[in-house]
Amino acid sequence: MIPARFDYRRAGSVGEAVALLSEFPGAKLLAGGHSLLPLMRLRLAVPSLLIDIGPVSGLSYVRDEGDHLSVGALTRHRDLELSEVVRREAPVLSYAAGQVGDPQVRHRGTIGGSLAHGDPASDLPAVVLALDGTLVAEGPAGPREIPATDFFCGFLETAIGPDEVLTEVRLPKARGGWSFQKFNRRAQDWATVGVVAVAGDGRGTGPFRVALVNMGLTPLRAAAVEEAAAGGAGPAEAASRAAEGTEPPSDLNATAEFRRHLASVLVRRALEEAMAGERTVA
Amino acid sequence: MSILGHRVLRKEDIKFLTVGGTYVDDVDLPGAAWLAYVRSPLAHARIAGIDVTRARQAPGVVDAVTAQDVGLAPSRMDADEIPEVMARPFLATGTVRFVGEPVVAVVANSLAEAVDACELVEVDYDPLVPVVDPSMALDDDVLLFPEAGTNVVTSIGEPNVEGVGEGSLFDGCEVVVRQRILNQRVAPCPLEVRASAATFGPDGRLTFYVSSQTPFTMREDLAKMLGVDEDRVRVIAPDVGGGFGAKIEPYPDELLVAWLARRLSRPVRWTETRSESMLGIGHGRGQVQYVTIGGSRDGKVAAYYLEVVQDSGAYPQIGALLPDLTKTMLTGTYDIPKAGFFSRSVVTNTTPLTAYRGAGRPEATAAIERSMDLFAAEIGMDPADVRRANLIGADRFPFTTVIGTQYDIGDYQGALDLLLEVSGYKELREEQAGRRRSAAPSQLGLGMSVYVEITNADEGTEFSSVEIRPDGKAVVKTGTSAHGQGHATAWSMVVAEKLGLSVDDVEFVQSDTDIVKSGIGTFGSRSLQSGGVATRRAATRVLEMAKDLAADMLETAPEDVVADPAGGGLQVAGVPSARKSWAELSGAATERGAPLLAEVDYEFQGATYPFGAHLAVVEVDTETGKVVLRRMVAVDDAGRILNPLLADGQIHGGLAQGVAQALLEEFRYDEDGNPLTTNLADYTFVSAAELPSFECARMETPTPKNELGAKGIGESGTIGSTPAVHNAVVDALAHLGVRHIDMPTTPERVWRAITAAAP
Repeated sequence: MIPARFDYRRAGSVGEAVALLSEFPGAKLLAGGHSLLPLMRLRLAVPSLLIDIGPVSGLSYVRDEGDHLSVGALTRHRDLELSEVVRREAPVLSYAAGQVGDPQVRHRGTIGGSLAHGDPASDLPAVVLALDGTLVAEGPAGPREIPATDFFCGFLETAIGPDEVLTEVRLPKARGGWSFQKFNRRAQDWATVGVVAVAGDGRGTGPFRVALVNMGLTPLRAAAVEEAAAGGAGPAEAASRAAEGTEPPSDLNATAEFRRHLASVLVRRALEEAMAGERTVA
Repeated sequence: MSILGHRVLRKEDIKFLTVGGTYVDDVDLPGAAWLAYVRSPLAHARIAGIDVTRARQAPGVVDAVTAQDVGLAPSRMDADEIPEVMARPFLATGTVRFVGEPVVAVVANSLAEAVDACELVEVDYDPLVPVVDPSMALDDDVLLFPEAGTNVVTSIGEPNVEGVGEGSLFDGCEVVVRQRILNQRVAPCPLEVRASAATFGPDGRLTFYVSSQTPFTMREDLAKMLGVDEDRVRVIAPDVGGGFGAKIEPYPDELLVAWLARRLSRPVRWTETRSESMLGIGHGRGQVQYVTIGGSRDGKVAAYYLEVVQDSGAYPQIGALLPDLTKTMLTGTYDIPKAGFFSRSVVTNTTPLTAYRGAGRPEATAAIERSMDLFAAEIGMDPADVRRANLIGADRFPFTTVIGTQYDIGDYQGALDLLLEVSGYKELREEQAGRRRSAAPSQLGLGMSVYVEITNADEGTEFSSVEIRPDGKAVVKTGTSAHGQGHATAWSMVVAEKLGLSVDDVEFVQSDTDIVKSGIGTFGSRSLQSGGVATRRAATRVLEMAKDLAADMLETAPEDVVADPAGGGLQVAGVPSARKSWAELSGAATERGAPLLAEVDYEFQGATYPFGAHLAVVEVDTETGKVVLRRMVAVDDAGRILNPLLADGQIHGGLAQGVAQALLEEFRYDEDGNPLTTNLADYTFVSAAELPSFECARMETPTPKNELGAKGIGESGTIGSTPAVHNAVVDALAHLGVRHIDMPTTPERVWRAITAAAP
């Protein structure tokens, strides 16, 4: 429960954090710390240097940019849950943020940290994927945009370069029907399987985008389900294709076989709920 | 009006809610070195070599010792049933037998340096075939202790070789039901992990701080280990953050701290991590059960047989002896004419099993209560009606069961009736029928248990003293050792009530072997009926002494002296002016060379048998297998209740742990003996979010065994709730053809049971 020896530096700006990342190859960024610190305490992660980006000002915000929202990487889950703008323009994100971990995690963890960690069992990566978001990473050469569909490359692996800092998430507005089905054994747990469904045209009925939590090495889009739904299939029919293209893990909570079953049940429920139309977050 | 029976707030809570308690890790020990252990990463292996050279040279390291350096004789539980060759060494000697077994002790100037140095210790292991499944251990293909010639530690009774046919226990039964039931291994998970700290004074006496339920046992074991007299050892258990039975037995890794402090002539301290604790502190339950129950179609049970394979883990401790308590409570609350029991305790390459909240009795209750439901389902009767047809009547106590256990007193029918009434059982069954008709994915399940258990099971005594201080306040010193129960409040109430003092005017002292004269400790729901009664007797004796003294001082007869109704002293009955305060009495007594002090070793009059009835209402999502506990209704009868607030606290905590076993918790290993649930996330430790608000109804049937009328209440919640919840889950799915699901009833297990039962 004691991490291996590491150094600690505070970064006052994104530029400073990028410079430190370039200078120290074994460094890791520290934001909310709710993914990284447990790994370090178990010595599963042994960074030589922690660069604390907590002091970087101006990275916690939600802005209405007309057709999309811009969310600063250091915005905490609890702020997403309570944000009036998010509740109005992307209610699924607000709702999902309220389902992450436990109250302590939601008050410390950040959306940027959750995305950069790239855990397929986390809730927010799948939400951003279903919303067709775009991520902004800043490196020595300046900022660049990465579509969410290209962002998650492998298990705990993302498209962020070793000397880049994730700064912003841009999310098309999604005021239409939505659903987040999180299945777990205890309220505080990661999803055994989770399903996000949103109406794709941002207003209501349009094609539905569906993303899966914990059904493979990365968060996934359920392409077969989306295709079936776009072709007019009802929720149950579309859901029968939920496990297509997935490679769910077997672990203490569920075998791969059970996860495939859960995915089909949860996708059906998610589509039923999303297809029922607009709804505010309770 | 007596203070007893009232919801007096816990006087100890002000500290816990403000500045916090003082646990072993908080004890200030200037100059102390830190101990950390290198633990076995393998379940079963021969140790081919250990090299501590690099660790010894690491920064801040003071010492690194192996079994060879320690050279202590293995510690063995003082029980004839346990073979000597299975005794546990202080550090692994020649062979490691479970993942987490301490192999090397590393001491450094700081905790961080000790932990870092542990990574530099090189241990060369030759892997052996591990024995993980207790049923496989019975085969004796691989032996943990070849010298023993078998993996079986001990056995009780004889197997039912006659089966269920003619001439057997079940001869003549219209219906016989059999089932294998797993009572899974669980981790006690006290919030405070194990910790100890040792320091030797200039006089060479040891002071040992430890998170323990039994400081006096600890003193005995320390003296034995160090080869010194017990009076050379002082044990202090400061605030203890939970034990649940797992802190009864002293552990080698906590005792060794004292040996190292002596070797290094320096204070040494140790606190395990949560991950270490999940492997180091004893596990609970761990029984594979085979039940057979038979009777007639009118619901009368004629015979019952239970066969148990008890997992004892790598070294036999209390866990190996738990089947004895399972046997004691074999037939539960029922009058069953014929019964049989057979158990074998086996060693496996896993964490040793110990006592855990209920310790052998929950296993008995789970077996008989699941059996009653299996029997009811088979004959198509309501489980409440089957129970009613077999309960021991309230007019039959003291009652001796077919296995020879003598219950003191009970009203099991009354508990069941009250349960059905307060829960609205009839309406719930109607709601269930409606859901079944609608074929909704969410189905309702009702499960009950009518339990009886044994508390204060051991013979013996407990110590308490009461003394009036010069300032007129009282001090009670007791041999029990509370670790969350609220004894400071309860014992103060007992003294206050006798002496006419306020609860705040009673000082409570426990868990320090230099200050308390002797003691046994707190476990097995024994404390109030042993230490509490001892306290009452001591207070009574002090009152008598004070009356004699006051009578002499006031020149009257002792029988004319009464407690001052306004409190604070004694007076002549009806003459308020003829009065002596407690301070005056204390002073006078000391002057006369006979202080107002009474010491009592109370020898108790046998065990007591609390009972009750629990009902669980669950909703099961038949598509996902998820179970949600909607209601938990508990009727508990622990005799006369001293403080309902404290009793509720015990019941609530017990219910939570019992529910957790039914729904969530299981300590798991892979087939190589690697532990899989080594933190509170993987272990799926229950939280408040998974529990409903508990509904408790109380009955009070005082026991004739002691003058407080008190039975134990510490474990009832755990004992009754597990089978109630378990039965409810199966009941929710009964109409789908599901007959049994092993605990914990995880979503996947539920889903598989539904799938398997589908036509």
